[in-house]
Amino acid sequence: MKKMSFHPCGNYRESYAEELSIFETWFGRVCLGGFLLLLFGLAPFFLSPYLLYILNNIGIFAIAAIGLNILIGYTGQISLGHGAFFGVGAYAAAILATRLNVPFYLSIPAAGFITALVGMIFGIPSGRLKGLYLTIATLAGQFIIEYVLIQWESLTMGTMGITLPSPSIAGWTISGDKMFFFLIFLSLVATTWFAVNIMRSKFGRAFIAIRDNDRAAEGMGIPIFKYKLLSFAISSFYAGFAGAIWAYYMVSITTEPFNLGLSVEFIAMVIIGGMGNIPGAIFGATFITVLNEVLRYATGILMNVSVITSMGLNMAPLREFVFGLAIVLFILLEPKGLAELWRILRSSFRLWPFSY
Amino acid sequence: MDFFLQLLVNGICIGLLYGISAMGFVMIFKASSVLNFAHGELLALGAFFFLSLVTWGKLPIIVSFLLTLVGCFLLGFLIEKFFLRPLIGEKLIFVIMLTVGLAAMFKGLILLIWGGNLHTYPPFLPDALEIELGSIYIAPVYSMTLLISVVFLVLFGLFFKKSSQGIYMRSVADNQKAALSLGVHVRRVFALSWAIAAMVACMSGIVLGIINGVNVHDLSAIGLKVFPVVILGGLDSIGGAIIGGIIIGLLETFTGGYLNPSLRDVVPYIVLVFILMVKPYGLFGLVEIERV
Amino acid sequence: MADILLQLNNISVVYSDVIQVLKGVSLSVEKGHIVSLLGSNGAGKTTTLKAISGLLKPENGEVTDGEILYNGVNIQNQAPEFITRQGIIQVLEGRQPFKYLTIEENLRVGTATRPGKPYKQDLEMVYDYFPALVKRRKSLAGYCSGGELQMLVIGRALMAHPQLLMLDEPSLGLAPLVVLEIFRIIKKINEEHKTTIVLVEQNANMALQVAHYGYVMENGKIVMEGNSAELADNPDVKEFYLGMGASGTAKSYRDVKAYRRRKRWL
Repeated sequence: MKKMSFHPCGNYRESYAEELSIFETWFGRVCLGGFLLLLFGLAPFFLSPYLLYILNNIGIFAIAAIGLNILIGYTGQISLGHGAFFGVGAYAAAILATRLNVPFYLSIPAAGFITALVGMIFGIPSGRLKGLYLTIATLAGQFIIEYVLIQWESLTMGTMGITLPSPSIAGWTISGDKMFFFLIFLSLVATTWFAVNIMRSKFGRAFIAIRDNDRAAEGMGIPIFKYKLLSFAISSFYAGFAGAIWAYYMVSITTEPFNLGLSVEFIAMVIIGGMGNIPGAIFGATFITVLNEVLRYATGILMNVSVITSMGLNMAPLREFVFGLAIVLFILLEPKGLAELWRILRSSFRLWPFSY
Repeated sequence: MDFFLQLLVNGICIGLLYGISAMGFVMIFKASSVLNFAHGELLALGAFFFLSLVTWGKLPIIVSFLLTLVGCFLLGFLIEKFFLRPLIGEKLIFVIMLTVGLAAMFKGLILLIWGGNLHTYPPFLPDALEIELGSIYIAPVYSMTLLISVVFLVLFGLFFKKSSQGIYMRSVADNQKAALSLGVHVRRVFALSWAIAAMVACMSGIVLGIINGVNVHDLSAIGLKVFPVVILGGLDSIGGAIIGGIIIGLLETFTGGYLNPSLRDVVPYIVLVFILMVKPYGLFGLVEIERV
Repeated sequence: MADILLQLNNISVVYSDVIQVLKGVSLSVEKGHIVSLLGSNGAGKTTTLKAISGLLKPENGEVTDGEILYNGVNIQNQAPEFITRQGIIQVLEGRQPFKYLTIEENLRVGTATRPGKPYKQDLEMVYDYFPALVKRRKSLAGYCSGGELQMLVIGRALMAHPQLLMLDEPSLGLAPLVVLEIFRIIKKINEEHKTTIVLVEQNANMALQVAHYGYVMENGKIVMEGNSAELADNPDVKEFYLGMGASGTAKSYRDVKAYRRRKRWL
């Protein structure tokens, strides 16, 4: 199989392997490699701690958003409980670390698996329910998990929260934004690689078949319930994994952040990034996190403008408004999300100056 | 025994509230199959609009009530026109997320204008609505709720069963293409059903505001409580919404009274999951008539 | 030339910007006539009707060329709400009742083109044409039989007082006796109300018996037209649509069977 150095102007693939390949040209591969090299080589050393903190948050949310994209974008099952699963992961890691002294390199994957189990339990209704009924069932799941996290005080310390020890490996303690950057982004690369590859396997094809027409998929011999559960499991694994890293990064956790609002933010990441597109989830996570930060910054400035404060206006809700507006505008104007914009941008470069 | 009876009465009263809160939601779903996550915010908008007219505008109660209804009617109309219409025929998740986005926008807007504090209406209900039966006491607001929900149930029943416009609306929900072929103005039907639903939502918001005071966070939380209510009642049955509301109301007060007050808020969702597992279309939802 | 109610001049219809279904269809419908449109599946008959009634748009179709004149007014690519209010009502293929509405409510939806006007008399008229509907008036349409539903959808269209009624395969899936009844009523409607009718049919025999004029479509084009009697006499039409031998005598049952058998076993 000859790797082409330029994008072909049509579909000239000759084998299934070519059809499945991730990179069409060696140039794309080099670009990605170069980007990763720059990211790991420069970002942690030249960025200010604040920017690095944002970057780390983006990385964590991107992992969770990729998971949700597998469920929503590829399997077509809408879940409003992703924020709660994120919380389950965070708590699982926290409890393992504080009660059982499990080292972080075991507790983070373990938290992922525990969350996957929980996700499968809440995915059971997908066997009977479809579309909006399933969405409501996952909404119920969100509230039930939230309730359990708050009320099971003997395990989760309730509203008091848990403080985690710093992760350490072989006497080497990981702390500070720089160290976490490597942990987070190595995990992100690994999970992205896994997600991209699972989507070109038999599982990924089954997921897409279920999304596009579950009855036809069943007719073709795909055990749809099993695959839906698997999709729930994978997606919650991602959520739990990200949640666990987040717990270590934040050091202390309470139940508060893992509410419906977080679930909604995850879905917003998936939609704004582009449904059914793995890099899209990363774009979406970046967009939402940056948007949140910018809005926080902007409202902070506005609060200090004397005219507004003298009018007695509280500008904090502006954040919520703009967040909603962003979702609405994306859905109305570019429902395929940032990934589509990125594709258009790239191809306009590639095709320039003959764009037709 | 008295405790039981009082709980029963309280549960029914709260349930009726849930029921009328859910009515607007069901209307939207019935006409356009949209799951409206912005319902709680619509309730809040109505309540705050009324509040402004009464306290800042110093208008008489009945005038401000009517003005609020008109305002909300227009609001619903505009929401449909600008946000929902472009999405007709789009994937479910886009429609859901659009209403979620709208919810965030409205909430931000309300917080921006009215702030997050608790407001109250000046008292205006006549005391004659107060009911006392032995040891059981029903506050005037609750008897008014009962009255309003019965009135609206009857009005909607008549509207959907007897009036031509109501029948056109049902026909659109039933078979859009056939309705189109007969000259039913489908776009107008969608706009109208959003307008009416927003109006109903605002009215329920006002009732809720009278009872609990007006607060964005509480009202939007009730918008979420609507989901177990309508699932219980069946997403497309207005009478079912009332019954679902009462069941949820009773469940909440009894778990609160006998089991554990903290369980109160989560019990509806636990019940919801079980109901969905047993009867996926709710207790009173239409069972699909499948004829090929 | 008699009064022309509807005139299609060389129209093309394209779905989703790429699939061309009609390639220059021209036909004219005289006021008060029954015109039948024959042709095999996929010939473009239904699309022609939808182009007239404006129902292409929801299916992402569009009239890209030519013009549709109704009473001399250009109506192509208008919204269905507008076209139905001009008096053109299409009865969709495959009986599309409102399943959760009762028969009577179904009929009332037919008044959508003139909301607020009295309709009691029209109900009586429809029940007069279709007595079978009277005793089911309170039951849900979803539970009615195919014949009743076909009567229902025609009755529903009549409620709109159409000037031009377009019927898409009213005989689809019905027992021969019911088909006979339906066509008798179609004829009656045409005679009593002077309603112009465009009839799309697979049952060419029945269609040509009631129609005054006929068109035959193939592959998105009109390939033949003529008075019903002429068409029914045409050897090609006989062969392909009326199931008779080219000689004009009915094909022998043995021929049909032999053909079937060959087809099945080869």
